[in-house]
Amino acid sequence: MTALAETPPRPAREGPGGRLSDALWRRPRVLLALLLGPPLLWLGVVYLGSLFALLAQSFFSIDEFSGRIDRTLTLRTYGELLRPANLDIIWRTVAMAAAVTVASVAIAFPIAYYAARYARGRWKAVFYLGIMLPLWSSYLVKVYAWKLILAKEGIVGWGFESVGLGWLLNAFLAVPGIGGNSLSVSPTGTFLVFVYVWLPFMILPIQAALERVPPSLVEAAGDLGATPAQTFRTVLWPLALPGVVAGSIFTFSLTLGDYIIPQIIGTSARFIGLAVYQYQGTAGNIPLAAAFAVVPILIMGVYLYVARRMGAFDAL
Amino acid sequence: MTMLKRGASALACLSMLAATAAQAQMTEIGEGEGALSIVAWAGYVERGETDPAFDWVTEFEEKTGCMVTVKTANTSDEMVALMNEGGFDLVTASGDASLRLIAGERVQPINTDLIPSWDQIDPRLQDAPWYTVDGVHYGVPYMWGPNVLMYNTEVFQEPPTSWNVVFEEQQLPDGQSNAGRVQAYDGPIHIADAAQYLMHHQPELGITSPYELNEEQYNAALELLRGQRQLVGRYWHDAFIQIDDFKNEGVVASGSWPFQVNLLKAGGAPVASTIPEEGATGWADTTMLHVDSEHPNCAYMWFEHQLSSNLQSDLAVWFGANPSVPAACTDGRGMLTPEICTQNGFDDFDKIRFWQTPVADCSQGEDACVPYYRWVSDYIGVIGGR
Repeated sequence: MTALAETPPRPAREGPGGRLSDALWRRPRVLLALLLGPPLLWLGVVYLGSLFALLAQSFFSIDEFSGRIDRTLTLRTYGELLRPANLDIIWRTVAMAAAVTVASVAIAFPIAYYAARYARGRWKAVFYLGIMLPLWSSYLVKVYAWKLILAKEGIVGWGFESVGLGWLLNAFLAVPGIGGNSLSVSPTGTFLVFVYVWLPFMILPIQAALERVPPSLVEAAGDLGATPAQTFRTVLWPLALPGVVAGSIFTFSLTLGDYIIPQIIGTSARFIGLAVYQYQGTAGNIPLAAAFAVVPILIMGVYLYVARRMGAFDAL
Repeated sequence: MTMLKRGASALACLSMLAATAAQAQMTEIGEGEGALSIVAWAGYVERGETDPAFDWVTEFEEKTGCMVTVKTANTSDEMVALMNEGGFDLVTASGDASLRLIAGERVQPINTDLIPSWDQIDPRLQDAPWYTVDGVHYGVPYMWGPNVLMYNTEVFQEPPTSWNVVFEEQQLPDGQSNAGRVQAYDGPIHIADAAQYLMHHQPELGITSPYELNEEQYNAALELLRGQRQLVGRYWHDAFIQIDDFKNEGVVASGSWPFQVNLLKAGGAPVASTIPEEGATGWADTTMLHVDSEHPNCAYMWFEHQLSSNLQSDLAVWFGANPSVPAACTDGRGMLTPEICTQNGFDDFDKIRFWQTPVADCSQGEDACVPYYRWVSDYIGVIGGR
């Protein structure tokens, strides 16, 4: 404030708008409060407020027969979370989210690398469009379309049959744990659809990260005798890591919370999102649903902590 | 906020105690209050908007001045949750919700003397245990129907005679195994279907009702369902996804509702339905009145309307269900004919064991049976492969 007072006076502006502008210029803190107030209120009241309301629910419990909620604080609901069937749900979801993330990185990295390094002019636009296009159509339409594509009498099964590889698909589907009667009722089907739906969220951040890597670094590594694998491991990958981690936060957390895909594709085995949806929406067991909803928050907390320790946010 | 809420819930508890003490049921019907809100299954309360030929609300509104609003619910659990929230007058509760509503004191006793057509109700339903407690009636029967076995007529030339086609691995008449080609209902109440199957095939277990299972009987039913898990690719909970699975997924047999059978048949699919030798489970719905209803007079007028108007007849045709008033099959008050009644299973009443909520205190003794909340968590476990 004192520094401000020492600046030479400036002629006052005319009109109410001008006076307001001058007043705000003299009191920068008021201006800051006016600008930041609404979004902070939104974040604090609407966003964090509802989050805490949810957390509070998880400390209530439910009368198991009449289904009425007992509003006395208890940890019983969290105890229920540790039942084997519920632990299964958590492990199944985390394993699926991890698999989807790894597969997304494996598929997205080459695409992003090509788009960032080699695609020029019109091809660059085509790449962007191709990646963004699936995001323009409704998520539900895509999932139902995949149900038909992967169905026993769908195009994938038909394709394998018509090139004489039906036995291969059947042998794959016979593998316990990942197979099933058809792709659409197997965990593999759920996995494929998750990867398809979340892939754009992985490609875009990796591409942004790769575009910031100076080509000269890669060339220098080659000049100094590094093999392509060494260049990738010691130069490209560490520099692209922030993008990979940003993308993995998307794919991992979106898979953790999704409740539509496992409902339509897969073996009917529950995922966290579906369990929350059923306990809250159909069983009226809001405390257990809230406790389940806390699980992804905790997992993401750990995930972000590890990512930070790995230096993923250093470039931010 | 929390303090306020807690205070409010304490007040609610107090007022509930008072209500229990009084247990006041209506003694006379006054003027209509001009409005009536109903929690109902989809398709249960039609005013000609889906199909102009099916309308049993407009006439009621004109006659009584009670304007009807409907809140659709998809599962029994959802109905219980909505009634617990409050703000509704009536609910068309199935047997697996009605006892929970009575135990939770969310519904009030009904004075049957105020309903002139009460005597018209099917005697088989008049004192049914899923809405009558200690001789007190907590609702008025609405509709009932069986959970049938739907099958593909190209695979089964003859209707299957046993539910074993969905419970035990075997070769179907077309020479292939049933693994991956059958479905089961994605709701805990399906445990009762397994228990009913065991009732017939393992009499040594001594099951007398599929809804009253002691620990040993319950574990046998879960064991059967774990075997079924190996045969079932995906469980069904959405009628339309089941229809799609019968068309595209090669599913050839499943427990189902007449609703899906009728829709698939209308689409030209080769399916039919049957009630096998073990019998079937079924639903019997009861209209129940909320304990804090603001429109009780309109509700009592609806009770009479639901029994005496074209509702019983046209709804049975619409939903593939059976009327609670047998006369509706024959007296031509709507579109229902005796043939449709037979087709919908009206004569199979004795083969059907109606959904009820499993409770701990059952006919086998106090705390002898496995209660519903364990059915819920264990069935999630079975579907998860545990």
